[in-house]
Amino acid sequence: MPASTDEPIEATGPPGIDPSTLHRPDGSVDSATALALYRQMVRMRKFETRAYDLFMQSLVKGTSHLSLGQEAIAAAFGEAMQDGDYTFATYRGHAHTLARGTSMTGVMGELLGRSCGVLTGKGGSMHLTDVSHGVMGSYAIVGAHLTIALGAAWSAQYRGEPRVAVAFFGDGTTNIGAFHESLNLAAVWKLPVVFVCENNLYMEYTPIGTVTAVANPAADRAGAYGLERILVDGNDADAMYLTARECLDRARTGGGPSLIEARTYRTSGHSRADPGTYKPKDEVAAWAAYDPIVIYRTRLLGHGVSAAQLDAIEETADSDVETATVEAKASPPPGEDMLLRDVWSDGGWSWRN
Amino acid sequence: MAELTYRGAVARAIAQEMDRDPNVVFLGEDVGGAGGVFKATVGLLERFGPVRVRDTPISEQAILGAAMGAAMTGLRPIAEIMFADFFAVCWDLVANQIAKSSYMTSGQVSFPLVIRSGNGGGLRFGAQHSQSVENWAMAVPGLKVVAPSTPADVIGLFAAAVRDPDPVLFFEHKGLYASKGEVPDGEIVDTLGTAKVLRTGGDATIIALAAMVPRALAAAEALAGRGIEATVVDVRSLVPLDTQTILREVSASGRMFTVEENPRLCGWGAELVSIVAEECFNELDGPPLRITTPHIPLPSADALEDMAIPSVERVVSTIERAMQS
Repeated sequence: MPASTDEPIEATGPPGIDPSTLHRPDGSVDSATALALYRQMVRMRKFETRAYDLFMQSLVKGTSHLSLGQEAIAAAFGEAMQDGDYTFATYRGHAHTLARGTSMTGVMGELLGRSCGVLTGKGGSMHLTDVSHGVMGSYAIVGAHLTIALGAAWSAQYRGEPRVAVAFFGDGTTNIGAFHESLNLAAVWKLPVVFVCENNLYMEYTPIGTVTAVANPAADRAGAYGLERILVDGNDADAMYLTARECLDRARTGGGPSLIEARTYRTSGHSRADPGTYKPKDEVAAWAAYDPIVIYRTRLLGHGVSAAQLDAIEETADSDVETATVEAKASPPPGEDMLLRDVWSDGGWSWRN
Repeated sequence: MAELTYRGAVARAIAQEMDRDPNVVFLGEDVGGAGGVFKATVGLLERFGPVRVRDTPISEQAILGAAMGAAMTGLRPIAEIMFADFFAVCWDLVANQIAKSSYMTSGQVSFPLVIRSGNGGGLRFGAQHSQSVENWAMAVPGLKVVAPSTPADVIGLFAAAVRDPDPVLFFEHKGLYASKGEVPDGEIVDTLGTAKVLRTGGDATIIALAAMVPRALAAAEALAGRGIEATVVDVRSLVPLDTQTILREVSASGRMFTVEENPRLCGWGAELVSIVAEECFNELDGPPLRITTPHIPLPSADALEDMAIPSVERVVSTIERAMQS
């Protein structure tokens, strides 16, 4: 165990970005947090890889959107957020849900459409929700949940509770109206909300730069709402964690909203149906060499963490994923009694007498 | 008992609920400082302050998203969408998010919120500020849909909507804001899903909603002068729907007429006719008839708008002709 990793972060920067333009948060990451970040990222990577295998076996139906390569962002917020904070995720939300401590079996079961799923199979991959862990939902219409996060933040502000709402979204979201409505109202009402743009360079299949008026789709818009420009290396777990903590602290202490643009890369396609063949080979190679987990493992080893310790984290994650898969496969599909349940909060669905 | 306008009833209803429960908050465009563009929320900002009565930018998605997020975390928000036509710019929040999330999450979240909106025509506002869109809402599972016709019903049904644990779309009729009615003193709380029989007659049953209710009543009076006695039912609540009252009243007279302000296709009356056809067909003495706005956008000119929306004269002549055939 290292004493701490308190030397400055080596933000070499993600491919294609001038490192001097990146946000450099203050502070350092203690060793326990560093290991927790590594553990989070490894669990996400192994879960998503297994989810992909299960698609290939047709055990996961419908569609699914993986965040392979983007783990540092969800991991950082998972560690930086406090109990009672609210997560609002997108249809690419497996990692963000796991990050808050939701059961892996519950998430896997939901992907498989089994009754052990966190939504008993009624929501599916794109709508993961676990209120008991602060996961207030995963939303599949681009931009909607930014507005909903406003309400959770408003509610905390109204009651004087030190809670923060965090909304994750992709670069494509920055071009829909709900994004702009949300930023404006959050700023005007000084709401405790953190907007986290995961810029993975692609709006579904389209390079974000070809459909956006500015180079940095979120960061370059921050000024329009009186917010600080924050462009951060989304593949650097330490930079992400410290940035998350800074913005969460600001929100929690009445400083209002933040907009973070985390530059990262989606190493898989947009969805199950997309092999991602439109990505240039050199771009893929450059980002493969800038993998958040590889970067972090190397950094931890450099700080004196033993390979055995990191291997043990990986083995535990393997075992957790295997257990979740076995349990989810063994769980029965939801029964007919679930079909008409919970349209209303009394559990029913009746619309007439 | 005192006489109150429909718009005054809206303000009194909101105040009644905000007085009762500190978790009730109210947001919308021009609802505070301006007292609402229809002057239906006058005095609320002064009485409850800017923390509970919040003026918003023109951001309908943000208004409804904020209401949804607040409702799922313990508040009971009232959101205003100024004109019901504007639901079209924030329908994602209504139809995809608020309506579905309880079901999709297996009941993990619920949405005790009310969205109130100025609905309907007759004010020469043209096609984008005059529609009756309650049938849009009725078509979405997970929404309750209410449309009162009198000041007393505004207060009672609004209170029921605020206290309901599920999302309620509360359609106020713009053409009724200036209308007056007797309102009991003290707290008023009604029940969602209850239709009201306003008049009874053995020959025909006229079923109406919102601004069509006073027209149905006037038509029934005129028909009485021509020897046709009609029952008038105010549906009041489309979801939940009081089918028992409707089936009973249609069975009693044997003739069913709906008076609907919405354009023809898929109006609420179509659903009622289908329920009647399935469940009390043998009680009918003739075909059910729907009296609606033609399937057109509403025109602006007063002469044209008056031709489009069912008038007392059209209701009378349609029913009279049907009863004679």
